[in-house]
Amino acid sequence: MTAIMSLLRELAGLFVDDGRLALSVLAVVALAAILSLMPGASLAAGAVLVLGCLGALIANVVKAARR
Amino acid sequence: MLTPTLTWTTAAPAVSAAFLSSVVEVVEAFTIVLAVATVRGWRPAALGAMAGLGLLVLIVVAFGPLLGLVPLWGLQLAIGILLLLFGMRWLRKAILRQAGVIALHDEELAFAAETAELREQAQRQAARLDWLAGLASFKAVVLEGLEVVFIVIAVGAGRGLVVPASLGALAACALVLGMGLFVHKPLARVPENTLKFAVGVMLSAFGVFWVGEGLGVPWPGEDLAILAIAILFLVSALAAVRTLRRPAVEAVS
Repeated sequence: MTAIMSLLRELAGLFVDDGRLALSVLAVVALAAILSLMPGASLAAGAVLVLGCLGALIANVVKAARR
Repeated sequence: MLTPTLTWTTAAPAVSAAFLSSVVEVVEAFTIVLAVATVRGWRPAALGAMAGLGLLVLIVVAFGPLLGLVPLWGLQLAIGILLLLFGMRWLRKAILRQAGVIALHDEELAFAAETAELREQAQRQAARLDWLAGLASFKAVVLEGLEVVFIVIAVGAGRGLVVPASLGALAACALVLGMGLFVHKPLARVPENTLKFAVGVMLSAFGVFWVGEGLGVPWPGEDLAILAIAILFLVSALAAVRTLRRPAVEAVS
């Protein structure tokens, strides 16, 4: 049981290392998804995706470096 | 049917992302299998590794055909989100390592740690050691191999490039295993962080692109947008390394 839990934890760890970064990325995707539903805003959704992900990454590494 | 534009702009990044990431993963798996072989011989190491490969083949055979049942936009969205999480996790770590905020990964230290752990287990429970050694080898192959399978599917499935991406991954496996069997020690000279940096940039760019495709974003330049997004990630990541750089910390396993 312990081995299975450890394997599952490691599998989850493939995608989530820092919870804050994962949450930020999901928030950016959700915002882009909402924007993409609005007429004429699909290109803006793309811009939010690109800039939002870059912003989330930079903010996260800067915070990690200050810790 | 692939157009020439797709071949050059999508296939090349997909194949190289699969190749480079597979190099990193196979090096890590090889280090542990070699540690097992050093402590307990090749039998448990090879049996564990073969069982791991068998499980990976089963997973691909069982779940591969299901991909065809998922609508393309759903596949692009789901894979894009997973790629974003996966790629940005690699890129974050690579930036922090490159900047000296966290320690670099060291295959020789990883090898030493794994062999020390196996020897300690040998003193505690010698009778079960072959089983434990085989399990360590199995776990390494399954976990690192799953990452390879995921990357191949993720970079290939959205545009029907699973086969070229698989060939890229297989080439990486052949290269690393060939070198590993030749030198017969951990491949410590592979510039792992640089590879992770490059792959993190590529996977993050693929992730943003696929999520956008899934949401119906009309990317300017279509597939060429992947390269533009990758350049943006690369420039931002390099700028972050430059800004955060501090004296290097000692390597970890």
